[in-house]
Amino acid sequence: MLARRTHITLCSLLLMIIAWVPAHVHGQSIGERVAASSPGDIVTIEAGVYTEAPIIIQHPLTLIGETGAIIRGAGDHELLVVDADSVTIQGFQFERVDKTFLEDRAALRIAGASHCRILDNTFDDVFFGIYMAKAHACAIEGNTLSTTIENETSGGNAIHSWYSTDLFIQNNTIDGFRDGIYLEFTDDSVVQNNVSTENHRYGLHFMFSDRCAYRNNRFVDNRAGVAVMYADGILMHDNEFTRAWGTSAYGLLLKEIRDGELIGNRFSENTTAVFMEATDRMQIEHNQFANNGWALRIMANAIDNTFTANDFVGNTFDVATNSRSAPSSFAGNYWDRYAGYDLDADGVGDVPFRPVTLFSLIAERHESALFLYRSVLVDVLNAAERIMPAMTPVDLVDAEPLMAPTIDPDQGTPISQTVLR
Amino acid sequence: MKSSSSTLRIIQFQFQDALSSRWLLVHTLIYLLIAEGLLMSSGFTDKALVSLVNVVLLLVPLVALLFGVIHQYTNRDYTIWMLTQPLKRPNLFSGLYLGLTVPMVLSFSVGITLPFLWHGGLAAGQAVQLITLLGLGAALTFSGVGVAASLAIRFADRVRGIGLALVIWLVYALLFDGLILMGISVFGNWPIEKALIGAMLLNPIDLSRLILLQTFDAAAMLGYTGAVFSRFFGSGMGMIIASVTLLLWVAFPVWLASRLFRKQDF
Amino acid sequence: MHLMQPIQITDLHKSFGPVDVLNGVDLTFHPAETTAIVGPNGAGKTTLIKCILGLTHPDRGDIDVLGQSIDQGVTYRDQIGYMPQHAHFPENLSGRQMMSMIRALRAASDDGDTDIDHSLIRTLQLEADLDKPFRVLSGGTRQKISALLAFMVRPAILILDEPTAGLDPVSSAALKDHIMERRDEGASVVLTSHVLADLEELADRVVFLLDGRIRFDGALDDLRSMTGEHRLERAIATLLEGEAA
Repeated sequence: MLARRTHITLCSLLLMIIAWVPAHVHGQSIGERVAASSPGDIVTIEAGVYTEAPIIIQHPLTLIGETGAIIRGAGDHELLVVDADSVTIQGFQFERVDKTFLEDRAALRIAGASHCRILDNTFDDVFFGIYMAKAHACAIEGNTLSTTIENETSGGNAIHSWYSTDLFIQNNTIDGFRDGIYLEFTDDSVVQNNVSTENHRYGLHFMFSDRCAYRNNRFVDNRAGVAVMYADGILMHDNEFTRAWGTSAYGLLLKEIRDGELIGNRFSENTTAVFMEATDRMQIEHNQFANNGWALRIMANAIDNTFTANDFVGNTFDVATNSRSAPSSFAGNYWDRYAGYDLDADGVGDVPFRPVTLFSLIAERHESALFLYRSVLVDVLNAAERIMPAMTPVDLVDAEPLMAPTIDPDQGTPISQTVLR
Repeated sequence: MKSSSSTLRIIQFQFQDALSSRWLLVHTLIYLLIAEGLLMSSGFTDKALVSLVNVVLLLVPLVALLFGVIHQYTNRDYTIWMLTQPLKRPNLFSGLYLGLTVPMVLSFSVGITLPFLWHGGLAAGQAVQLITLLGLGAALTFSGVGVAASLAIRFADRVRGIGLALVIWLVYALLFDGLILMGISVFGNWPIEKALIGAMLLNPIDLSRLILLQTFDAAAMLGYTGAVFSRFFGSGMGMIIASVTLLLWVAFPVWLASRLFRKQDF
Repeated sequence: MHLMQPIQITDLHKSFGPVDVLNGVDLTFHPAETTAIVGPNGAGKTTLIKCILGLTHPDRGDIDVLGQSIDQGVTYRDQIGYMPQHAHFPENLSGRQMMSMIRALRAASDDGDTDIDHSLIRTLQLEADLDKPFRVLSGGTRQKISALLAFMVRPAILILDEPTAGLDPVSSAALKDHIMERRDEGASVVLTSHVLADLEELADRVVFLLDGRIRFDGALDDLRSMTGEHRLERAIATLLEGEAA
């Protein structure tokens, strides 16, 4: 019913436009229409396939594509360039931009503009989707971007930003690029409610981008879910990282970052859920790590991170580290491997838990030792090491392991804790 | 009297004996309690299933070897009496062997399956895992009893036979993997994954473990190692090689025991 | 030499490692005759019997049972009833089930107990115990069931290893009566026993084995007259002394 009504509304709107616009406008290219418009105009483009030279917008404008308005390239050029502030592009379908190694050729490029809005467009079979350079306070919302590439080197990024600030990227659906969302030198931006799948490198990629937040995004079946590198003060809340699977695949790769938050995320079925290298003072809370190969791989140069109230369930290895000491602290997490007891029934186990096993240490050194996973020998070695730690970091313990998970393993919602510490 | 039917007759009487025996009941109950305990406490989580797999891989070969060898020493006089009957030795051997292993396998299967059924495991889509587990349990039983029979026939001294059965279990359950681990730490810098798959074929317990990992817990197989593993065990050819090797692990001890039984002076 | 003798043994050799247990044994067992095989421990009695039963493979020599070499198949054992020294049967089966098994293995029809079975069961007083599982039966009762199983098919040859061991005097006497009855009906009975009184009572003929060789083979009366001893025990002792001298 709703679709039908929308359809009727759109049809009547179309009739009105056809009735009102001068007859000679019909058959004009979008470029001509844009050139003919005045700053602040609303230009609406009817359904149809538009094949033309790159459209360049040089004054504030709202350009709206009717349903079925398709901007199709010949492959060898970009399709639309926003070269002015306060431009809105809405409702178009962008098609066909071929890959090239000479330039970052994009379907839609925002060059040094601010307060632009890219809304509800579809991008199909493109090299780069939306490319922002030196953009400011732009909103990228409700777009659908998909493409098909063979491998990491033959693809571009769906939403790409370079030297920008205050971007707002939400409700986009991205599939099959190199990076789903790429932010480099992009500060104070928000990325939320996006779905980024099957990208050949990262679902979301931060480099040198400070004070950004991303929340409620889903990163599924990417080569790696999210990489955050060389960035300070990143807030990572309530995202889902699923099935980053393969050799050196990570749900979340943290490298050279400081003072961020990783709270309320779900990591499941990743080869490595979180990899931390030179990552300091991160607050890691209320995340769920379920059925990953390694839940956490913490390099020795990651220090002063705090892990609290996280759930570790069904992972092959909960924590692996190449460090002999424990530069980060663990307290009050739930570990499904924990076999201790809780005599005073306060919900906290009475004996500490050591999440690093001897076998994880051996496997860190010789990966092929994984062939012995679940062998009795490994259980015996782990048990012996737990009783008399000789190789595993002595200080890496959770002294207050929880007896029950904090997050419902099926729903992913927090379980209300009757016993709160 | 046809030889195959005399084998069947022996199996029939062995079954009658086994069905009213206390050991078979205990055997069933042990597996029932283990499966029930794990499923009751953890439900159909990977944790429970994987623990069950671990117990089965550890216990089944031990029971097959130890119980197999003890059972045969206990029944040695009866075996000798049976040998004086108009029976061909291969038929008698098949009868006695199957008369012991088949009840063991059935009892193991019942013990594991019942808790699965009443906890709704088949509905939970665990049928493939269950069948794999039962199949491997059966293979390890057939293999272990074959080894046990060889020992019991070859060594009249039961202390020696039982001791050797324990040693063999220790070797395959533990020491073999220790050697593999040593090998990995020495040659770890070479691409030894394929050699490791070959080595795993030399131990039926490891082989069963890896086949089960493929169905239960493939998440454990990570990185390059995992890729090599999945390529082998995930492929039809790899599974065929693994299954055939496991069958050889059944066939060889049984053939050896049968041959020893045929030649033995009792 | 008669071709159809129940058992004919020719030049039988068997060694276990360096020990020659049987060293050229020639022996014929006749119908309607009870032969006691005697000799000290290690003389080769058990091995000889095991060779006849097919439990042990001789190194050299032939054994013919009723004119047929025992190498030619297992059917010759249809004609042999064997009573081992230690009877052991599956703990949870009954004597009745074992009878049924014997019939099945010998391709006899399992139409229930024959008259002969009934008379044997009565003689051995087994009525009350035949349907109980072996695990609840005493050693003596097991021995009696073992005898029943050996006799029930009325074999031409009976091989009895310490048949009265563990039996109460009444059962022992009944069993011996039955052995003699069978002998009179034409069975060839081969007997070993440490109870020399039994041998004196049952044996028509004595074969004395020492170091794997037959040192005496003849009627019990011949042994008596040869050694000048009436008692078998003393006669054997005299034989042994003679060998030692």
